[in-house]
Amino acid sequence: MSMDLIISALVTTIGITTPILLAATGELVVEKSGVLNLGVEGMMLVGAVTGFAVAFTTFNPWLGILAAAAAGAASALVFGVLVLTFGANQVATGLALAIFGIGLSTLIGAGFVGMIVPPFTSIFPEELARDPFWRLIFGHSPIVYLALIMVMVVAWFLKSTRWGLVLRAVGENDLSAHSIGYSVIGIRYAAIAFGGAMAGIAGSYFSLVITPMWAEQMTAGRGWIALALVVFASWKPGRLLTGAYFFGVLMTLELYAKASGFSFLPSQFWASMPYLMAVLVLALISARERTGSEAPACLGKPFMPGE
Amino acid sequence: MRIRFEKRPEPSNFMRLATPVGAVLLTMVLGALLFDALGYDGQETIKQFFFTPVLASYKWQDVATKAAPLIIIALGLALGNTAKIWNIGAEGQYIAGALGGAFVAYLTPDVTSHWIIVPMLLAGIIGGALWAALPAWLKTRYNVNEVLSSLMLVYVSLQLLSYLIDGPWKDPNGHNFPQTAAFTDAQLLPRALPGTYVPPGLVFAIVLTFVFWVAMKRSIYGFDVRVSGAAPQAARYGGFNAKRTVWSTLLISGGMAGLAGILEATSQLGQLNLGFPSGYGFTAIIVSFLGRLHPIGIFIAGFVLAITSVGGQVAQTVVHVPSASGGIFQALMLFLILAGDVLVRYRIKIVHSASKAGAAA
Repeated sequence: MSMDLIISALVTTIGITTPILLAATGELVVEKSGVLNLGVEGMMLVGAVTGFAVAFTTFNPWLGILAAAAAGAASALVFGVLVLTFGANQVATGLALAIFGIGLSTLIGAGFVGMIVPPFTSIFPEELARDPFWRLIFGHSPIVYLALIMVMVVAWFLKSTRWGLVLRAVGENDLSAHSIGYSVIGIRYAAIAFGGAMAGIAGSYFSLVITPMWAEQMTAGRGWIALALVVFASWKPGRLLTGAYFFGVLMTLELYAKASGFSFLPSQFWASMPYLMAVLVLALISARERTGSEAPACLGKPFMPGE
Repeated sequence: MRIRFEKRPEPSNFMRLATPVGAVLLTMVLGALLFDALGYDGQETIKQFFFTPVLASYKWQDVATKAAPLIIIALGLALGNTAKIWNIGAEGQYIAGALGGAFVAYLTPDVTSHWIIVPMLLAGIIGGALWAALPAWLKTRYNVNEVLSSLMLVYVSLQLLSYLIDGPWKDPNGHNFPQTAAFTDAQLLPRALPGTYVPPGLVFAIVLTFVFWVAMKRSIYGFDVRVSGAAPQAARYGGFNAKRTVWSTLLISGGMAGLAGILEATSQLGQLNLGFPSGYGFTAIIVSFLGRLHPIGIFIAGFVLAITSVGGQVAQTVVHVPSASGGIFQALMLFLILAGDVLVRYRIKIVHSASKAGAAA
């Protein structure tokens, strides 16, 4: 296998991994605060269409990303009001958010089908990325670097900052956090908005970078993979990074296997690989941690201080 | 002045019935505003979505056609939702059921007896149940979250369908289209009402609604499921077997989705092709909640969701909104019904800032 092929495979892997990593980093923070938001796929789509619409009308991809983050956060807050203020069931509300995002993005995007924007690729001078090896480092969209930075920021925030500790406390024992005077609901709202913003940016990576256009349901179920990834990572940012790249490599293999006409296995086998692997990996991880001790103790439980 | 929730001593039965109705009405209002904001004629959109399917004499058959699978799938899902076992993968089980039934059809092209439909339906139920068995096994054996595993298998089932109809089961006389051979006359289920399009599935939906209603109300199993969801600790001390609840709710809901799948294949399409996956498995989750997880409620809710789904097609041609935007109404309805749950369990108190008597407590 030539060097060029390896490098282009790695570039593909990075491209595939980035949106999953972004969305999963956001969801990790949400789940650490004790909330399970299953609506990642919907928030990603809302981000994808908003990012595209704004980049298309303003000719500015940066504004597109910003708008995608805002739209993702706004849709997440709809979920937040329902589960935090109204104490609604988180699983069902998250599903509703996913369905809502699919419908809303289709509706907003109807006027943008068939349009294209210039792909939002490298920000570094072109000379830097001419050599294939250097392209591996400098040849990506800014969103790729943002994803890597955000994992590190989240890891540092959760581990080494006071508010990170508070957020974890809220997720592990909401009553104690409440009784020492922290606003459980307020912190969860912030976490949910952050998760939405990250999912929104993840979505915009599809519509601004991978294929710089809008297509219905273009995130193709990656939001659900991001959810599996959080469990796979046992809610640890470091493992999230490796896990995301593990899935990314798998999906790249699928692409290459398809392209090279790997005829002894049907293409549908490769296409279902990431999902089968996700199930398998969940089983391996969950089997090792039978008690589920890694999950935040309050995950998915509503907090109604009035009771 | 602020709003405070005060827990009711008993959940309100009035609110339990009123909130789904309120959710549907409020969905229309919010939906109209949303479509107006996006530059469509909101009022006209609502009219086409919710009223044309009911008022146009020829549309009610379409509504019944869509309601039947939704009701059948949602009846099964409600069981799991009651026990708080979340089967999100009914769409995959629906496809697996159709594949199960189609496998029997594939093996028996020469059988002319109409009784062949019975093994086909049974294979549909088994196919759906098997597809749900994997999440059940992973949940009970390895403690894998059933939400994710059942959902991942939806994607796998789509690929399996695509593989089979473009591979081993491909119609040799199908001009190379990815589809199975058409079912023979013996393998097709006739319409429920001769001369109409009313599907045989509706008869199944009516009978099963009744069966589930009686079973949930009268049987120890129904009680077991309710207690497992409402008070898992109590259920454990009471000697209920948690694993049995996981297995039974997933197998039953998978089997029901599989039944809906093969019914759809053998009465609507008459073969399997790439147009088969319909999203019924996802919409049925909304049906089960809108119906308040009660069989009679689900029967009504199935028709409400079917109306919006037919209305989506009407609105697409009349007001030119994308048909998928029907998902917005369905999701809004689910949002509102879930928010409405709070009214069942809590009273809303408006507290004036002057009277802070209760705040200290």
